[in-house]
Amino acid sequence: MTTGLTVGETISTITIHLDRGSLVRYAGASGDFNPIHYRDDIAQSVGLPGVLAHGMLTMGLAIQPALEFLGTRGRVIDYGVRFTRPVLVDAESGADVTVETKVGAVMDDAARFDLTVTFGGETVLGKAQVQVVFD
Amino acid sequence: MNPELVGREFPPVGPYLVGREKVREFARAVFATNPIYRDVDAARAAGHADVVAPPTFPVVIQELTLAQLLAEPDANIDFSRVVHGDQRFQYSRNVVAGDELTATLSVSSVKTLGGHSMVTSESVMTDANGDHVVTAISTLVVRGDD
Repeated sequence: MTTGLTVGETISTITIHLDRGSLVRYAGASGDFNPIHYRDDIAQSVGLPGVLAHGMLTMGLAIQPALEFLGTRGRVIDYGVRFTRPVLVDAESGADVTVETKVGAVMDDAARFDLTVTFGGETVLGKAQVQVVFD
Repeated sequence: MNPELVGREFPPVGPYLVGREKVREFARAVFATNPIYRDVDAARAAGHADVVAPPTFPVVIQELTLAQLLAEPDANIDFSRVVHGDQRFQYSRNVVAGDELTATLSVSSVKTLGGHSMVTSESVMTDANGDHVVTAISTLVVRGDD
């Protein structure tokens, strides 16, 4: 089959709002209870400006638009990221994380999506790429 | 960090039973919208035995294996200085609720750059039949003294 995708095409751009509750929810779901993800005093004691989102939460949410687009037509075979900057989640205003999903490469029955994930205008994940195969 | 860690393999962890409600809880926490990650009927209609675990779900099991590395007496890793550098997953198939996964961690590299150390390890996860499901590759950065 052909994928019907064009290299460089933008699949979607979405913004996800995180608040401290999002971090607590992810901590429970993942089992990562490092207190830098829910206590400002502890985050500051190790030299951070405040509570940060789990890197794996950012990685986990960043792939969702690609999965939504993929639907039931195939599956992910590879997903990798580099954590380049932290996402600081303010106790009152939270944090808005924007995910732009583009087609990075197209093969006969496979494709690569390149994710640009930003917070406060700066990228927080490097080389975030999702490889999928279509059924 | 101890360079002699390279090549070290740890005892298998598991089997970890992937629970349906755990998958749903994780899917909600990562803002999953595709129904195959939350709805059994949608997952089955798509040909899966049960709800599908989101692609980063294996981190839950990877963490259990990394705990072995961090606890290794001769690793000399100060957990309070550890930050996550890179993460990658390579999948042979989707993880679905009901899977029983066994994970085996091995250390693939240890590097020192500036005052920091980086340890890359692979957690290979197989199912009850012994078939490969996913490999989780993680690089932890241990910050040097400030």
